[in-house]
Amino acid sequence: MNPLTRFLSELQEVSLLIWRAFISIFSYPRYYAETIKQMDLIGVGSLPIVLLTGFFTGGVLVLQVFPTLQYYSIQNEAGNSVATSLIRELGPVLSALMVSGRIGAAISAELGSMVVSQQIDAMRALGTDPIRRLVLPRIFSLVVMLPLLTVACDILGLIGGGVVASSIYNQDYHVFATSVRVGISTSDLVSGLIKPLFFGLIIGAVACHKGLSTTGGTAGVGRSTTDAVVIASIWVIIFDFFLSKALQYLLDLGQL
Amino acid sequence: MFETQKIETNNSSDPFWTVVPAIELRDVCLSFDDKLILDNISVSVRRGECKIILGRSGGGKSTIVRLILGLLKPDSGRILVDGEDITDYSEVEMMPVRQKIGMVFQEGALFDSVSVYENVAYRLREQGHEEAEIEREVTRMLEFVDLADAINKMPIELSGGMRRRVGIARALIGDPSILLFDEPTAGLDPPTARTICELVIKLRDLQDVSSIFVTHEMNNVENLSSEYATVNEKGEVVFEKEGDKLCLINTEILMMRNGKIIFNGTDEQLKSSDEVYVKRFIRGER
Repeated sequence: MNPLTRFLSELQEVSLLIWRAFISIFSYPRYYAETIKQMDLIGVGSLPIVLLTGFFTGGVLVLQVFPTLQYYSIQNEAGNSVATSLIRELGPVLSALMVSGRIGAAISAELGSMVVSQQIDAMRALGTDPIRRLVLPRIFSLVVMLPLLTVACDILGLIGGGVVASSIYNQDYHVFATSVRVGISTSDLVSGLIKPLFFGLIIGAVACHKGLSTTGGTAGVGRSTTDAVVIASIWVIIFDFFLSKALQYLLDLGQL
Repeated sequence: MFETQKIETNNSSDPFWTVVPAIELRDVCLSFDDKLILDNISVSVRRGECKIILGRSGGGKSTIVRLILGLLKPDSGRILVDGEDITDYSEVEMMPVRQKIGMVFQEGALFDSVSVYENVAYRLREQGHEEAEIEREVTRMLEFVDLADAINKMPIELSGGMRRRVGIARALIGDPSILLFDEPTAGLDPPTARTICELVIKLRDLQDVSSIFVTHEMNNVENLSSEYATVNEKGEVVFEKEGDKLCLINTEILMMRNGKIIFNGTDEQLKSSDEVYVKRFIRGER
């Protein structure tokens, strides 16, 4: 199979998986306990790494941007600059990449192991639809939890930026906070919350698809896991570009 | 006792009644890419019969049980379960059919993140039964496979033979009328393999379960086709040899090679077969 045909075939399979998971929402049985467990694993479990990422990204943004702003005597705009970058772009993308690495790999490895040990076949043989039981709770949890993680990342990023601005560049904390408040618009917040919804869907669908299509024993599980993380991360970055452009148009962003 | 179905004959307008097989494959073909896996396979399993599918690895044995469960779809031919044509059933349509089939996988395929109790209870829990009933049934099934002590253990704590027996208990819950065994004794020591065979014999002779037993081991054939289970005066289950005066008619052997059926008959016919491949297989030669 040539690469284009393979790509189209994979795209079709992922789309079908999303569709089958989506239509499962409207019928019984529903697996609430599994969904809550996944939300805990994905949301609470990923919180520490997302908070750390946010804090240090906010800090390094101020570290890099402050001297330039100072050169033009507009250092009071540091909070604005950091907030805009974080909330529109870095918060959603970095949170998605962190979650893709941690959760995408975990989902793919778990489902892949279940495939090679025939647990998925056993589940089907016992009358359970694995998409309803395994895929839907994972995708749903990612779509719900990733925006919340992104908000946490953004907040910690702003705190990190504020700490660096005040401790290294001696900027008054109130000046930084005011700049942040003035710099953020409702459109920025909406845009920053819409993106992770799509990223959650991408990470969940790619990881579940790669896990469920695992072949070749334990070596195959390793391949699926790597593929899931790499493909989901690439798709997050590519999709971010098109989503940013669409949101610019829809929410009238970028008109600073 | 047996379900019957009206069949119209070609040469007469009078219908006659015939017994519907538990499982029937008619002219089934299946290929993966360019490789032919099953070549025009026709198999019929009567009610209460144990059909042993024998053959070397890669012969298409396990593919047959996967087709019956609807985990794979044939390229051509028809598959019937209890007289119902399931060939073109969707995943959703297959769910009620799978409720009456129990499947025992090669390595047990237990859900390793939950306990033995939860594994065995899985089917009933999915069907929304009450906890008291689930507990009663799980205990009954684990006692049947002689693993009542392992109820709270995790699958990782079990030996290979125990895992297979838990797999059998899980397949038996809900009292399915059809059981499919995919190499349940592979990799087990002879005494444990015999224990598994005894469970299959008990199901066949005492519970009238129709089954397909996929294997490549002649020891299993010997056990399943020459012994029967009965209950003695004390109410205990005992296993007896068929001997010279008795011939088991509820166990047949089907041998496969490269996706084709090369033998179908009783163990006596198998042993007296003139087919070179069959003779070499019985002797354990390549």
